[in-house]
Amino acid sequence: MSVPAPAFRPTASSARALRVAVPIAVLLALVPLVLPPYGAILLAYGLVMAIGALGFNLLLGYTGLLSFGHSAYFGVGAYAVALMVKYLKVGSMELFLVGAIVASVLVTALFGVVCVRYTTIFFGILTLALSQVLWSLAFKFFWVTGGTDGLRVPTPSLFGGLVTGAGTRSVFMSHAYYYYVLIVFGLCVALMWVIVNSPFGMALQAIRDNETRAEFVGVRIWRYRWVAFLVSGVFTGLAGALWVPLNGLTTPDIMHWTFSGEIVFMTVLGGFRSFAGPIIGRHRVQLSQDVRGRLHGLLAIAARRRAGGAGAVAAHRDRRDRRASDRAASGETLR
Amino acid sequence: MSLLVTKDLVKWFGDTHAVDHVNFTVKESEVLALIGSNGAGKTTLVNLISGLFRPDGGQILFRDADVTHQSVHGRIKAGIARSFQLVNLFDQLTALDNVALTIFSREGKIANLVALAASDSAVWDEAHEILAPVRARRRRRGCWPAASRRASAKLLDVAVAYALRPKLLFLDEPTSGVSTREKAPIMDTVTSIVRSQRHLGGDHRARHGRGLQLLGPDRRDAPGDDPRATARRTRSGATRRSSTNLIGTTETR
Repeated sequence: MSVPAPAFRPTASSARALRVAVPIAVLLALVPLVLPPYGAILLAYGLVMAIGALGFNLLLGYTGLLSFGHSAYFGVGAYAVALMVKYLKVGSMELFLVGAIVASVLVTALFGVVCVRYTTIFFGILTLALSQVLWSLAFKFFWVTGGTDGLRVPTPSLFGGLVTGAGTRSVFMSHAYYYYVLIVFGLCVALMWVIVNSPFGMALQAIRDNETRAEFVGVRIWRYRWVAFLVSGVFTGLAGALWVPLNGLTTPDIMHWTFSGEIVFMTVLGGFRSFAGPIIGRHRVQLSQDVRGRLHGLLAIAARRRAGGAGAVAAHRDRRDRRASDRAASGETLR
Repeated sequence: MSLLVTKDLVKWFGDTHAVDHVNFTVKESEVLALIGSNGAGKTTLVNLISGLFRPDGGQILFRDADVTHQSVHGRIKAGIARSFQLVNLFDQLTALDNVALTIFSREGKIANLVALAASDSAVWDEAHEILAPVRARRRRRGCWPAASRRASAKLLDVAVAYALRPKLLFLDEPTSGVSTREKAPIMDTVTSIVRSQRHLGGDHRARHGRGLQLLGPDRRDAPGDDPRATARRTRSGATRRSSTNLIGTTETR
């Protein structure tokens, strides 16, 4: 019996994805040439966060698990880098990335064993609790982690020492480092695309849709959830490692649950039902933070112009808003 | 060699003895219907054998190996599959994806993170082949099970279980929740899937080496309709007969 020609087969999707991805990649590559350093650095932040959100969405969108503790893995990546700088005097970005991956594999493997036995709210609360444990460790062990002062991370050398931060920091960050982030981002997107479209990714979606039936077609639920958790955590840890040199400093804030909420927020804002949703959502958050900062700045100026009775209030607002816009301008957009 | 043997299988829910010392044997290539009135314990028995529930006592032997304490995954590997009484599918995957995923799982390919599922043409061809008889009743295969008619969803549920190429396949009330008018066509389609598999070309038969014998509960002339296996608690004289089919698949050598 001859098999009829397949009428419906999802092979075209990869070609279609490439048709979308290539022009976007070209546009992103042109950014440092067109935009001022501030814009490129802002975009680099966005790309870094998008890697984390992409990892997060493997759990939320594809496996159906809402993690409220992804700040922990982001923080593990960031602190792995900072501690490597502090204790091992490492300065190579490649070693940073390897170190962050190893650290986040260890942590997510351990946390995963505990968390993936539960689903829904119980999973969320467990991940939240475990991330808060890490946060308080970073907070309390100040002689190791610097406590609330955090740890400084100098400009790293890229590509095994081929590119070093010789010039000014903003030029380095908006050009060499931007392209570095873009390359890693591209690799991460490609890898994640393959993972969610692999047989493994299908199995995750099956677990999301119907756990019982997935078990009865032979999917080992816990094991697959655990692997998804691991991959998700490693992506987020990698984002943390890329984020630290950009920020120059890591503080316990990035381990705090509010930052987990931010990851959830950016993913949901972009739409967790689609592959590109978290990436888009991340950039929307970035953009709105930027616009808000600028608006505050404008408001402050407008208030200053209107002298008189409102002067005292305006002066207060002015100071507060200028701080906000200064923070945005210096590229520290996280909080 | 008997395919399946249960010895004094027991399952209690509180004071309810849902399955009370059930002993029966399924031989190779046998087709059986498990019948009993509502609440007789048919589904519970299927749940025990397929591994959804743990028995409170007794033993399950599958091809002379004790599977009483095997995991669900282990039993599927051994060749026990089942469909569900209430439609139980992956609602956000297309019908074709449902079947393809099952094939990936059977072939042990779902552990693969770094290959595009779409590029494995052998799996998709087989998924099309399994869905082909169902397609006669479906306009599009790229449909979502949640959106399809009850009868189609039921068939898809059976097709997903069948895609595991089991040695023993339980169809737990494949026509429940479907209008009387549609019951017979469902069973006809299921049997036609089986027949088409029997008449497959040589190379396909060599690959799977298995055929399937199957007869529906609505076919009075079917030899397999003989209720050899009956849960003990079945009350005689029940007015409405509902059935769970015990369907054995075996090698057609």
